[in-house]
Amino acid sequence: MKVAIVKYNAGNIYSVINALRRLGVEPILTDDPEELACADKVIFPGQGEASNAMRYLRAHNLDRVITQLRQPLLGICIGQQLLCRHSEEGNTDCLGIFDVDVVKFQPKEQGQKVPHMGWNTLEQLKSDIFKGFEGNEYAYFVHSYYVPLCSWAAATTDYIQPYASALHRDNFYATQFHPEKSGSVGERILKNFLEL
Amino acid sequence: MTVKGTNFVNLRTAGDPVELGRLYSEQGADELVFLDITASHEGRKTFADMVKRVAATLSIPFTVGGGINELSDVDRLLSAGADKVSINSAALRCPELINEIAAHFGSQVCVVAIDAKQSDEEWICYTHGGRRPTDRRLLDWAREVNDRGAGEILFTSMDHDGVKTGFANEALAQLADTLSIPVIASGGAGAKEHFRDAFTLGHADAALAASVFHFGEIGIAELKEYLHSEGIAVRRDI
Repeated sequence: MKVAIVKYNAGNIYSVINALRRLGVEPILTDDPEELACADKVIFPGQGEASNAMRYLRAHNLDRVITQLRQPLLGICIGQQLLCRHSEEGNTDCLGIFDVDVVKFQPKEQGQKVPHMGWNTLEQLKSDIFKGFEGNEYAYFVHSYYVPLCSWAAATTDYIQPYASALHRDNFYATQFHPEKSGSVGERILKNFLEL
Repeated sequence: MTVKGTNFVNLRTAGDPVELGRLYSEQGADELVFLDITASHEGRKTFADMVKRVAATLSIPFTVGGGINELSDVDRLLSAGADKVSINSAALRCPELINEIAAHFGSQVCVVAIDAKQSDEEWICYTHGGRRPTDRRLLDWAREVNDRGAGEILFTSMDHDGVKTGFANEALAQLADTLSIPVIASGGAGAKEHFRDAFTLGHADAALAASVFHFGEIGIAELKEYLHSEGIAVRRDI
């Protein structure tokens, strides 16, 4: 199986590569449109700032390449946010696969820290990437912006308020949390994705 | 529901780090902190290589600290597979380093470790593994660290470290209630109740321990069951 990781200016992809290797897959890291188009699976990872990331994707024509992909794609963290319509982070238009806008967490009481950092549970699971899950599994999160509840939600998580912690539409899958850092739960999600 | 029950494991002491890291990860540690105690240039290279081998086996967040003085040190460790770096003396010497790491790699990468000791009612920060006192007070420095863009604070009470009578809950609560970033409690764990108290009394976002795990005095799974029974949200589905 050929798994491609989208190469762009957002983040630390080493833990994604390590996680895939543990599942027996040697991914390629590329920003080449043809390589991405012919991969069996594409992973769109990321940490970083949304408007900078979008500027880079547009400058390298990756915005068109990504939205035209037909094979399963998994967006992770900012990768999920960039698949949405717009992000409040740097007030930028994004790729628009998911017709929903990314907004910043607003703490409502003391102790509600931003970023949302640490382990939290996944509920209302609704996608093939959660095959075999029962709900309430823990995943690892680091983020200050979130996707509100919407019709594309494939999982929800409660932090300050319930929000969409995973999305799914057609061949596009996305998680706000980091499956590559979420222990055996994360491994199962990546495995499910590779088996789509 | 947020998770208060993170258990960090500090791989400072004996044993093969790769083996230990994998073992702790399998036992359900929520995060690993790996501190380098070597100082030489040659030691650094060996260390980065070790980080690489530990990272390859881990599926949980991995923080690495020790000897980080500039951005290139951070870059090297992240490239080896670390998710976060922990800085201490270098941050006190050059606070701007916090802003730089946050700007280049994101706040989530930058953990600032603070070693402090109480004297005459005041908590004073120390550098060089607790050997040199500074003129910084704990709360002032923690606020500055927060404002400069660090992602987390790892607070070790030198008075409590190694004593095994519990974490510095009063100082912890003051930090946790004042800061807008997570505070990790470190130093003092000797019994399961101490972890509970760090969360309930100290309002810590996570708790770190080394020796009680290394020497098998407390099992991670057993600790998590206990915390769960005490009403603290912890990840148990490992």
